[in-house]
Amino acid sequence: MPYALVLPVVAVLGAILGYPIYNLVRLSLQKYQLFELLQHHGTYVGLHNFSSVLHDHVFWHTLLRTVVFTAVNVGVTIVGGTLIALLLVRVSTWLRLLLTIGLVLVWAMPQVVAVQVWSWMTNSQNGILNYILTELHLGNYFQHNWYETTLSQYTMVTTLIVWGALPFVAITVYAALSQVPHELVEAAEIDGARAWRVFKDVTLPVLMPLLLILTSLSIIWDFGAFTQPYLLIGPGQQVQSNYLMSTYLYVEGYGKTDFGRGAAISLLMLAIVAALSFFYVRQMLRVGEEE
Amino acid sequence: MRPRHRRLGWNAIGLALFAVMIFPVFWMLSTALKNNAQINSFNPVWFPGHPTLNHFRDAIDRPAFWTDVKNSVIVVVATVVVALALSFLAALALAKYRFTGRKLFIVLVIGIQMLPQAGLIIPLYVVLAKHNEVNRLSGLILVYLTFALPFCVWTLRGFLIGIPKDLEEAAMVDGSTRFGAFVRILLPLVAPGLVATSVFAFITSWNEFIFANTLLHDDQHRTITVWLSLLYGGNRFVDWGAIMAASTLIAIPVVIFFLLVQRRIAFGLTAGAVKA
Repeated sequence: MPYALVLPVVAVLGAILGYPIYNLVRLSLQKYQLFELLQHHGTYVGLHNFSSVLHDHVFWHTLLRTVVFTAVNVGVTIVGGTLIALLLVRVSTWLRLLLTIGLVLVWAMPQVVAVQVWSWMTNSQNGILNYILTELHLGNYFQHNWYETTLSQYTMVTTLIVWGALPFVAITVYAALSQVPHELVEAAEIDGARAWRVFKDVTLPVLMPLLLILTSLSIIWDFGAFTQPYLLIGPGQQVQSNYLMSTYLYVEGYGKTDFGRGAAISLLMLAIVAALSFFYVRQMLRVGEEE
Repeated sequence: MRPRHRRLGWNAIGLALFAVMIFPVFWMLSTALKNNAQINSFNPVWFPGHPTLNHFRDAIDRPAFWTDVKNSVIVVVATVVVALALSFLAALALAKYRFTGRKLFIVLVIGIQMLPQAGLIIPLYVVLAKHNEVNRLSGLILVYLTFALPFCVWTLRGFLIGIPKDLEEAAMVDGSTRFGAFVRILLPLVAPGLVATSVFAFITSWNEFIFANTLLHDDQHRTITVWLSLLYGGNRFVDWGAIMAASTLIAIPVVIFFLLVQRRIAFGLTAGAVKA
């Protein structure tokens, strides 16, 4: 009986995902460009695609850039989200409600919409960001172009991604904070423990399992980020010096119709993400087994 | 007295945070309602004095707006219906039975959701091209099932295990068949879960960009998300009023749906770590 119930999903996933992944492996061993695409037939080239990618310094630079990008985004998101959750506990009830509504609203924003709003706010002609920064006397940002250097581009992409990701972290951590035993916090405070000690010794251990899951989810998501960097920096502005793994493989594989090479990059990327997912999947499996 | 002062300080920080977080949403709405002179002024106009709906009219009159809305609706509805029907069965198996291979199935269901979409563009494109499904909505629906199915299986499982087994058994003692018990007892209980899951699958598919952008090639076949991403012109004059109005229109259904189901779904991703 259970097999009959599971069968349709397994069959469909096998056809629309298993079969393409089998093809991905085959493609990675083939020369498969526009000509081959039209013929629906590639030429076997062995491990040539892999060695070409692995000997390309662009791949290694891109990988390093993606790792740094992921670390920064995840770090800011998790720390920031936790701080917001701690703040939510401390503010008045009406403000907590207001903040929660605001956070959920931000959370609900579709990525492409958020990108458009960000482009408008940060455009060099009359973007509001330049105006505000100049008015706050943080420097002269009159017609400042935020998309000139790679670092500046990614400052914008990171702000956008973190802004969108904070609500999820803040709200889930806030929910978990209700599990922290009140008496323990009070006892520690009466003993004269400083706020940081109370957080570290009482609150943090309770939050830890959740923070680990949120961190690994964020790592997986940010490592594969595509929509925000691709659209905010601009489809035409994706170049060697600002590639992330996802945009790299998109431009090199799909954009230049070199599917064989793109397949090799895809496989390498999928392998990295599979390794990164290990912890999360194991944790979720435990949940699935318990019930 | 001191805790009161402290509360005041936290409230001040909270208000500042609220202002910063909500500003982009506010700025989108404000821009959409302003006239062009106000939008392009070097001294920003914070609130639209005389709100105008011209940009909204302009946005929906742009070429292909309605066609692409229709495309999105077709793709999303088809994806949700198929995904829900198939995954409900699998979720039932996960929630009510122990069987060999169950563990492997769970690993697949969770693991697939973690795959980066960019990594799947190339194989999906090549396979769809082989079967003449590129630039077709049916091809995109198939692709959307790759993430909608695992998501629905996992979420529905969560809703199904919440239902006490006794209820189902009580119905069977009453002489109902298993199917009868299912329809009369289980279905009404699981209906809110079905609604929440389908709404969330709806949102994810409506928002999806990478696959739609790669697999659909012309105005007649695009989804509304891709349509919005192309609303740029690339000229020196960018029509921000129309872009913000279109952004608002596209975000509204998503936001409404999201507000309805956020509480039910959000915690599925972190199940087990929080006893909400």
